[in-house]
Amino acid sequence: MSILSKSRICPETGLFFDDQAEKLIKWNAVTGVVFLLVGGLFGVLMALTRWTEVHILPADWFYLLLTAHGLDALIVWIIFFEMAVLYLASSTLLKVRLAAPKWAWLGYWLMLIGAVITNVMVLEGDSSVMFTSYPPMKAHPLFYLGIIVFAVGALIGTFCFFGTLVLAKEQKTYEGSLPLVTFGALTAAIIAVFTIASGAIILVPTLLWSLGYIAHIDPLMYKTIWWAMGHSSQQINVSAHVSVWYLIAAIVFGAKPLSEKVSRMAFLFYIFFLQLASAHHLLVEPGLSSEWKIFNTSYAMYLAVLGSMIHGLTVPGSIEAAQRKKGFNKGLFEWLRRAPWGNPVFSGMFMSLVMFGFLGGITGVIMGTEQINIIMHNTLYVPGHFHATVVAGTTLTFMAVSYFLVPVLFRRELWLPGLAKWQTYIYAIGVAGISVFMMAAGTLGVSRRHWDNNFADATLGFDYPAAAHMFLALNGISGLMAGLGGASFCIIMVGTILWGKKKSDVPASAPAPAPEPAVHQAGSAGTIAVPGTFVLALIFLGTFILYYYVNWKYLAEVWHLS
Amino acid sequence: MAIHPPETKIWWKEPIHSIEIWWVLIALVWSLIMFVMMPYWHIYGNQNLSNEAYRVDPEYFGEKVEDMVKKYTIREEGDTGIPVVAPPVGSDVFLLARLWEWYPILELKKGKEYRLHLSSMDWMHGFSLQPTNINLQVHPGYDFVVTVTPTESGKFAIICNEYCGIGHHTMAGRMYVTDK
Repeated sequence: MSILSKSRICPETGLFFDDQAEKLIKWNAVTGVVFLLVGGLFGVLMALTRWTEVHILPADWFYLLLTAHGLDALIVWIIFFEMAVLYLASSTLLKVRLAAPKWAWLGYWLMLIGAVITNVMVLEGDSSVMFTSYPPMKAHPLFYLGIIVFAVGALIGTFCFFGTLVLAKEQKTYEGSLPLVTFGALTAAIIAVFTIASGAIILVPTLLWSLGYIAHIDPLMYKTIWWAMGHSSQQINVSAHVSVWYLIAAIVFGAKPLSEKVSRMAFLFYIFFLQLASAHHLLVEPGLSSEWKIFNTSYAMYLAVLGSMIHGLTVPGSIEAAQRKKGFNKGLFEWLRRAPWGNPVFSGMFMSLVMFGFLGGITGVIMGTEQINIIMHNTLYVPGHFHATVVAGTTLTFMAVSYFLVPVLFRRELWLPGLAKWQTYIYAIGVAGISVFMMAAGTLGVSRRHWDNNFADATLGFDYPAAAHMFLALNGISGLMAGLGGASFCIIMVGTILWGKKKSDVPASAPAPAPEPAVHQAGSAGTIAVPGTFVLALIFLGTFILYYYVNWKYLAEVWHLS
Repeated sequence: MAIHPPETKIWWKEPIHSIEIWWVLIALVWSLIMFVMMPYWHIYGNQNLSNEAYRVDPEYFGEKVEDMVKKYTIREEGDTGIPVVAPPVGSDVFLLARLWEWYPILELKKGKEYRLHLSSMDWMHGFSLQPTNINLQVHPGYDFVVTVTPTESGKFAIICNEYCGIGHHTMAGRMYVTDK
């Protein structure tokens, strides 16, 4: 530990907090939550506008706020929170001061300034180009500049994370290999560098084009490279929230990874293959060969999917092993039944795991199948899918870990703990509804990013089946529920920071996570079998196979194309 | 724990539990099956996109569309003035996208093949044939050639499903498929 830096040991959890790192974690997390509130509010308005009978926003506001919703909820909130996760996974877990904290602050401010610039441009109304901003549609130059500034800030933060890893190694603050959570965060950071580089490669020329210095941006080239940023940024999320799953399993249960080797290999698959997924957005595009599409869309033979399926077994598996060690050994599922379902840290994390797999993962792979994409591309199925991965996966996980982090960081007790108990459930049910009903409407052909599903102003009208409007109404109701859950989260967090009962600095009677792991013996062969998790995994696989072939069947019924 | 360095320094030599090995193997096999399904469908399936596409000047593409409209228009659609065009079976048929319409209205025959050319005059658009639910991306400057065989007859809508500005939701076209 550096002598120069101030630090503290949390009396309750035993976690190490470097002063600068702690401040940065707080600021990044809180700023993220503010953008979540803004982005989430816009999201509720989207769901209400799609609800045919409610149709709350006029067309220009719908497109404007849809652009803002995508930016704030998908990018700004999540990247800010990920910065907090990176600093936590490096400085706190490795017990070392943060490298170059001044740079980290510069990164924070650049991110904030960039996010505000882009938001202002969108809200002024001349940059309603959706967050994908496909040319030749043009936004205000400052729209692109804001995103670039934000990305530069995030890149600086990422390099402070790398620097901190180096510092810890130099100062020998840990022995052997990185903790698994830090290893996962490192995976996220490596993918982040690739992501931001891709963003720079395409957005810098686009900025110059919007200023008139470049005559032409090829739309196919733009889309190909833009999605190397757009999709990869979601892979940062996956790596980050899977790391947080392991973190929560460790905090709540003292769980140890079943096998370090297998879990790390799964993260390695992410690094090697996840960024190929730019192709998911290009499957019905002219000018790209089927060979290219098949190789890239499958992450080279689905090796990144294999990674996720491994985490899907090892995360709950490590919890099962820890619970069985504690004596919850009856039958297949006593370990799960007797889990702390009233603790939002656990309930949020576990629901996130289940929904990410069943709703987000399966549908993502199916939609990313070259030919099946024909019946899904640009329909509401797409946002239905990614609300299950990003909102149920990442946002819900980050909410869950906030219930642990915010009281620890601010030394305050949770405000409205009764509401907190229910918040994760309200939010999860709302988000599940959003995902399922948007996908259902998408299956019936309803397109995404579309203001009027009645085609009232179109010369040549069209009517979707009545069921589509029913699904859109259910999506609206789910949106309200998710909005309620999201607002409760923000209220609890802000309330905890401002009015939560101050904790005394005297150590609590028993530190929460046992300092020794619940499962002692090294290597999963020496640990306890996890039959419950294996059964869950097989149920998952069965669902996957069934739904996969149902969609081939749907495809086989459409017109012949060759 | 996952928040501490691995307890054994040589963690990569630890044995792996059989449940984990089995799951990795099962998942790998499933991954490979899904991978093989795509080339399989190219050989045995009927719904595959061609790899045929050309760079095209929007003006040139517009002229090709006009040629086809002049030659094969059979009527106008109601009082909209939009031509309904019935090109010969097996021929090259052209559909253009522009802010905010699909032009012209094509009338095809069920069970017959057509070489459908798609391109945009201005921004990106999305070809979404409903209620059949076929969705293709339409770029300006690219001529996307897809060989289409309608398998059902009736009146179909072409919705734009790529956001293209404030009139996006009014961009709906039509296509007819006749039995004979």
